[in-house]
Amino acid sequence: MDRVNRIPILKLGHLLLVSIQVDMHDRMALALQEDLAERISQTGARGVLIDISGLEFIDSFIGRMLSDIAGIARVLDAETVVVGMRPVVAITLVDLGLTLPGVRTALTVERGMDMLPPPTAVEDLDDEEEAESAGDR
Amino acid sequence: MRNDEDVVRARHRVRELAQQAGLRLVDQTKFVTAVSELARNTIVHGGGGRLHAGLLHDGARQGVYATFEDDGPGIPDIQMALTDGFSTGTGLGLGFGGARRLVNEFDARPNPTGGTIVRVATWR
Repeated sequence: MDRVNRIPILKLGHLLLVSIQVDMHDRMALALQEDLAERISQTGARGVLIDISGLEFIDSFIGRMLSDIAGIARVLDAETVVVGMRPVVAITLVDLGLTLPGVRTALTVERGMDMLPPPTAVEDLDDEEEAESAGDR
Repeated sequence: MRNDEDVVRARHRVRELAQQAGLRLVDQTKFVTAVSELARNTIVHGGGGRLHAGLLHDGARQGVYATFEDDGPGIPDIQMALTDGFSTGTGLGLGFGGARRLVNEFDARPNPTGGTIVRVATWR
């Protein structure tokens, strides 16, 4: 996995935010899944927001990645919301026969954040990974 | 096509062609998604192969096509492979049947030299 370009994972208060802005090849999608699991575990984040407004299509591989991320996050005690799906992507997804099992969706980042657990005073995230995530991962 | 980066290249090339053919955005998206499924199939099940894609003209009509040719073991029962849920490898088993619903024309047949040839096309 060394040479794989990685999708950055940003910490936003008590949440993790992922914005997919590039056309991912399959190993990149798998790397994101692993990186997110790692970051949830490190930070104790209770929510993950995945912005897919930059995605021009979702095929069965990316669809499965989104379902898997939601499933992995759930067993790590975090909730996932996928936001910003383009209308043509939604139409294609349904034609393809994908239902994204276990994935919650919202139209906008704001509405997605409302669906995730609110911050609590005792749940401040560990900050040690911040420098790394802001860098060139 | 040998690896997942070739699948990305296939998507980009076919997106350009679909735009040149004047397909609506929703039809471009469907065609590109079908190509992504079939390109991955070619690599995962066919052990790699070749993609030919181009524009179609029929009088004033324009369209785009893509042909996937692999030298893999072939598909014993193509009708069966078009059924949702059918899968021989990893994935959701939506590759073939799903891709067929996204395009106007779909044809899968054994390659005379071994392997499988799949052709898809969508018209404006």
